[in-house]
Amino acid sequence: MNTETGKDKAISTEVTIAGVTFKNPVMTASGTFGSGMEYSDFVDLNRLGAVVTKGVANVPWEGNPTPRVAEVYGGMLNAIGLQNPGIDVFLERDVPFLQNYDTNVIVNVCGKTVSDYLEVVERLADAPISMLEINVSCPNVKEGAIAFGQKADSLYDITSQIKKKAKQPVIMKLSPNVTDITEMAKAAEAAGADALSMINTITGMKIDIHRKKFVLANKTGGMSGPAIKPIAVRMVYQTAQAVKIPIIGMGGIGSAEDAIEFLLAGASAVAVGAMNFVNPYTTIEVVEGIEAYMKQYGIEKVTDLTGAVE
Amino acid sequence: MARKKKVTAKVISQKQIAEQIYDLLLETKLAGDAHPGQFVAVYPKGESTLLPRPISICEADKDKGTLRLVYRVAGKGTAEFSTCKAGDTLDLLGVLGNGFPVEKVKGKRVFLMGGGIGIPPLLELAKAVDERKQILLGYRNKDLFLEEDMAKYGDVYIATEDGSVGTKGNVMDIIRAHALEADVIMACGPMPMLRAIKAYAAEKGIEAYISLEERMACGVGVCLGCVCRTTHKDAHSHVHNARICTEGPVFEAGEVAIDK
Repeated sequence: MNTETGKDKAISTEVTIAGVTFKNPVMTASGTFGSGMEYSDFVDLNRLGAVVTKGVANVPWEGNPTPRVAEVYGGMLNAIGLQNPGIDVFLERDVPFLQNYDTNVIVNVCGKTVSDYLEVVERLADAPISMLEINVSCPNVKEGAIAFGQKADSLYDITSQIKKKAKQPVIMKLSPNVTDITEMAKAAEAAGADALSMINTITGMKIDIHRKKFVLANKTGGMSGPAIKPIAVRMVYQTAQAVKIPIIGMGGIGSAEDAIEFLLAGASAVAVGAMNFVNPYTTIEVVEGIEAYMKQYGIEKVTDLTGAVE
Repeated sequence: MARKKKVTAKVISQKQIAEQIYDLLLETKLAGDAHPGQFVAVYPKGESTLLPRPISICEADKDKGTLRLVYRVAGKGTAEFSTCKAGDTLDLLGVLGNGFPVEKVKGKRVFLMGGGIGIPPLLELAKAVDERKQILLGYRNKDLFLEEDMAKYGDVYIATEDGSVGTKGNVMDIIRAHALEADVIMACGPMPMLRAIKAYAAEKGIEAYISLEERMACGVGVCLGCVCRTTHKDAHSHVHNARICTEGPVFEAGEVAIDK
């Protein structure tokens, strides 16, 4: 139950995914919010359904050379390459920081090999975190990540191996850079995934015509931002028709209206990504906007919105 | 450090002061938080241009509550800013980054070295440093800007690439031409200039603080887009990368691996 005003007819923004209860369906998309420290200047993390952390690997990763980011029409490209301080620092610094807040912590896990992923999953076994999100969809690293997310049998294999070791519910984060995302979703579900998050970025490219050079040092980067939202909404809808496990929808969400589209398409929760960079208050505005929408239309439970498109 | 904020600033005035170079005066409470070498991120209003543009603070008047930004039109976002008129508003995120360590100049002879659009942040720095300053400014040609403002705070030396004003060449050529000496350097400018300053400072055994730039998205240390290679493991990232927006933009030259 979460009512800011208390006077109106009670509304509930609470959602439950794989046995974990969230005060509202609004999360942060991995890689766009760090571990919450920087944006805690702007956002009361207690008001978020969850903080989904930047990907963490078994050892520190340097990431890609710069330039790593570029603006494109209605969005951006990034090729950060999953720079992260590694699980040791993450457990010592980031997890205790997040424990100060009354929100769920979902840790995004990345790796170059299956054993890298398993090592991180095992290191997190006793950590006070709510869920694991497995990054099998980053388009910007040469080994691991997306290699596991573009073939249904590879995805099935890594999902089932992680499920054997994981102490927390497992979300598989899917890539849109596939022929049929529902095949990937079904493979993850069959392997025991507790939920899906989608979509990761769409591989793109930008060329500087004056220098005749790629803008990103990595040549390609993942596209995010409002321009990809219709693709993401369509994929969430298709996937919701194909699987029974809950979906966390993301891709260009910058307002409550955007978030509600994802819920209606079949998502149980949503995440704000690149738009955090545009407006650091986006997550809170989405929380408040969903509440306002529910009051406007007399919707008592936010869960009633999931898949309600006719 | 002051808490970062997103605010709406009011345009007091704007004028073009050189080719593609604009001088924008804003009324904003962020002025009170500003330190020399820090920057603000300015949001374009266009729907297609989403990300805020990092622009260095040229001057901050804490009493009047104004920030002066001098910037070059480099793309769609800055082209939009250049059309702003008195009374218009602009959204800002700030103040961002760590500026120049003014205290390092105490009792020393200092070079303030600026190249092109790297010159503006040196003005607020020149005001904050009490010691006598040798201000070395490099331009492409006689289309100078801010040199008169700078002259109020120190001894200005100019270099132009085409030799039309001052020393022909760049800021390093000024040092040679005038046989100047310093114990510490503070600089902002294009990467080849900063590399030359780093090499010069290492050869002379003096400290140099250089302000770097890189394409950035968030401006607050989240996205890890704007990193610079570091010579030692960075305390935050635990790898050889520091965030220009957060640990920087000013680094001691020996800390950053900018050599090509």
